[in-house]
Amino acid sequence: MIPSSKAQSATRREFLIRSAKAWASVAAAGGLSLWLYDSQAPRLSQEKARLVTLPDFSIPSKGGQISIVTGEDRVKTVQHALKILGGMEAFIRPGDRVLLKVNAAFATPPILSATANPELVGEVARLCFKVGASSVTVTDNPINDPVSCFTLTGLAQAAHSAGAQVVTPKKSYFKPTTLRGGTLIKNWPLLYTPFEDVDKLIGIAPVKDHHRSGASMTMKNWYGLLGGRRNLFHQDIHNIIKELAMMVSPTLVILDGTWTMMTNGPTGGSLSDLKQTNTMIVSTDQVAADAFGATLLKKTLLDLPYIGKAQAEEVGQSDYESLKPLRDHVG
Amino acid sequence: MRIVRARQISQVFFFLLFLWFCVVASVGEAWWQLRGWPVNWLLQLDPLVALGTILTTRTLYAGLLWALVTVVLTILFGRFFCSWVCPFGTLHHLVGYLGTRGKTLAEKAARNQYHGAQSVKYVLLIFLLGAAVGELLARLTHPLGLSPGQSRPSWVLLILALLVLLFLSLRKLSAQKLRTAHWMVVGVAVSILLACLLSGNSLVGASLQTGLLDPIPLIHRSVNLVILPLVDGATHKLAISQRFTLGAWLIGAVFLAAVLLNLRAPRFYCRFVCPLGALFGVLSRYALWRVGKNQSECSQCARCEGACEGACEPSANIRISECVLCMKCLDVCHEDLIGYRTTPSESGEVVSPDLSRRGFVISLLSGVAAVPVARLGGALGTHWSPMLIRPPGALTEEDFLKRCIKCGQCMRICPTNIDFRVGTSGCQYNCIACGHVCPTAAIRPITVDEKQGKNAFASAGPIRVGAAFVDRGRCLPWAMDKPCIVCQENCPVSPKAIFTREHFSPVRAGPFMVTSVQGVTVTFQGGDLRPGALATGDYVCHSITQEEQGHWKILENTERVLVLSPDPAQQRLPEPGDNLEIQIRLKQPHVDIGRCIGCGICEHECPVSGQRAIRVTAENESRSKEHTLLLS
Repeated sequence: MIPSSKAQSATRREFLIRSAKAWASVAAAGGLSLWLYDSQAPRLSQEKARLVTLPDFSIPSKGGQISIVTGEDRVKTVQHALKILGGMEAFIRPGDRVLLKVNAAFATPPILSATANPELVGEVARLCFKVGASSVTVTDNPINDPVSCFTLTGLAQAAHSAGAQVVTPKKSYFKPTTLRGGTLIKNWPLLYTPFEDVDKLIGIAPVKDHHRSGASMTMKNWYGLLGGRRNLFHQDIHNIIKELAMMVSPTLVILDGTWTMMTNGPTGGSLSDLKQTNTMIVSTDQVAADAFGATLLKKTLLDLPYIGKAQAEEVGQSDYESLKPLRDHVG
Repeated sequence: MRIVRARQISQVFFFLLFLWFCVVASVGEAWWQLRGWPVNWLLQLDPLVALGTILTTRTLYAGLLWALVTVVLTILFGRFFCSWVCPFGTLHHLVGYLGTRGKTLAEKAARNQYHGAQSVKYVLLIFLLGAAVGELLARLTHPLGLSPGQSRPSWVLLILALLVLLFLSLRKLSAQKLRTAHWMVVGVAVSILLACLLSGNSLVGASLQTGLLDPIPLIHRSVNLVILPLVDGATHKLAISQRFTLGAWLIGAVFLAAVLLNLRAPRFYCRFVCPLGALFGVLSRYALWRVGKNQSECSQCARCEGACEGACEPSANIRISECVLCMKCLDVCHEDLIGYRTTPSESGEVVSPDLSRRGFVISLLSGVAAVPVARLGGALGTHWSPMLIRPPGALTEEDFLKRCIKCGQCMRICPTNIDFRVGTSGCQYNCIACGHVCPTAAIRPITVDEKQGKNAFASAGPIRVGAAFVDRGRCLPWAMDKPCIVCQENCPVSPKAIFTREHFSPVRAGPFMVTSVQGVTVTFQGGDLRPGALATGDYVCHSITQEEQGHWKILENTERVLVLSPDPAQQRLPEPGDNLEIQIRLKQPHVDIGRCIGCGICEHECPVSGQRAIRVTAENESRSKEHTLLLS
């Protein structure tokens, strides 16, 4: 039987169309394979983010200054301690954007003094606004759950009622940093986002016993800027505190020795761990502040090697008396 | 307004309310966070939660009284909850609608035909309630003198079993053909049950498992533990870091399956699975108002069948127990023959659920028997899992299982997303959120004082959820001669439950022979120390030659020079010829079992980040006397 020419041509056309599609598919598959072909095994992928560096927030003309005011009322003592250093206006200029790095490490109530005191932080924020600061931000990367920490410590409420904003750390806020001249802080995540667009930095920390380093004061407070698996640094605690002090040059540090945590630090947890020492220290020199703070803890510089190490790196002066502290009492 | 429009408004309202409750179940002080929002309200309205806990505990806990409202309304009006309130029902309603869009009326009607398998939900309900009721039955049979310690002659068992079998067979046996296999099943089940139940078997107990399928707990855990973390993972409005849940995939898979099954038949879950719907089906037996036709004859256009949500056959013998009161039939009937009225349907009604007495008995007995069978694994006894760490305030495991409905509210509220291994921290020392959100008090609402064992609770001591154990093979100071004690620092208890003992461990290099001493600078022979390596403040050296001299702290070092700390307490320095051993001063952590509360903060902070070097297990948890390690 001879197939009709019409049917045949239809079949031929169909075949040609079909083969064109088939070859197009082959070409697509081949082209895609060649395009994606990779003869090399992949490299171990490790994040390579741009390194950030913290700016220097200190005011060079101020040099090393320290005021030590005794008294029970934190609001009064910090006001006075600042006043005898020339007032907050000596450090914060109108329009400045201020960052307060507080110690909010634990989700504990303020009465336990394991964290920066909310009244004190609120007052510092108010003083900043009073001299014209355009914004005040409070931040920390705590150990316990961040939101609980800022809530339970009363820091969030104190900050908000003073008009300051609270930045709780999110993963994206951390950027890697490397400390020039450091051996530990290398490509390490740093809580950096809150520092963007900030002109001044004030560290606020309580005086606390610390099992590993001996004491947690203003220098140890910068630990809360580290992200990642920062607990690894406990293997070399004194050098990491030294490097933190090298990395962060604050405008001011405020060391709150109204109540000192003498034992069971850094968490405390009981009023019996605390001792009323009624002292407020405000300084441009974190080493001097901590060296004085050690006396509240009845510790010597030999007990706290990081202070000597920081001085050796010229971060500050551990002989705080050489800075001629301005002392007073408000009752 | 058309009645279906009213229903839709109600559905949207309750669905949004449900989502809102899920959102606000976050710890915080903002208006949209947990500060008095009744986030458990829908769970409390659920009578299956109430009934289940009544059967297991013989009490109705606080807010669960709300279920009475639902029960009363259902008895009077029928299964209104399913089509007017239930957020899971609303979801099924919507997806079922999308799935049948574009289908012909005949196809829709076919999908909405009553199916015999709709009785499965009654089987599930009775089975789950059976698991819950075992202990109550045992208690009720107690006066029969069959409990342990009482005289229990074996012939009583026999007679009782025979009586039950006799009762079961009395009426039906003569009328029906004897289905031997069927009756053997009943007989065996009855015998097994009686043997293990009535003899006071210690495995007989109450286990509340209704929450596995109860739609209200199911949708709560699905949204709280799967949907919200997925959505919030992109926005981070509710939690500042990604929330995790172990086993979320299973919760998500069940949820997804339940939702997708609507594409096979609308409201598949409601019709075939939902034990709460089954309970409503039973309760609506005497409903005063019900859907029905006002004349038996109609054009059989099947519009009502095509629209029907419950597959309850509104055009024929309407099945009241299946009718979810969607009211669509009222709306679509062109002849206006269907109404919601007090008189029965002219074309007839089926008021009872399609479940035979045999089916009922078998489901119930299987449920009762399932508990002892499951407990043969010994998980409540000697084979308890120490990995199972219950939140502070949790009842003993047996009582916990009588109340937990698996709604996941505690996991949702936990500010640290606890799981100990994936949370943002351990159990926060000052947090008691979980017990206050638990709708059934499986976790008691404790105070901070009770949790910490302070003031009025000082004599009881703190609530311990477990205890931490140091893994000395992994711990940096124990296994690797590296200082650490992060665990001790972070222990929130005062005085700390983790304490340390000082230990001087010699470093691998050395000892070295001292060649010269100048002031505090000691030079020695050999040695190839890395400059500065010993300058961490943790290294000391001591003289093997002058043992009595104790340790000198090392301040600095180069390859073969040590600078020692000028310690006024130290009388002498090393002398040339001394053999110096360099040591690292370690503090090795120990757990004080009398103080450890098992919060897991140490485990969370441990720098050994894979398998932690300090880990919490439920050993010594205070809720169980059997798990204690303390003598007093």
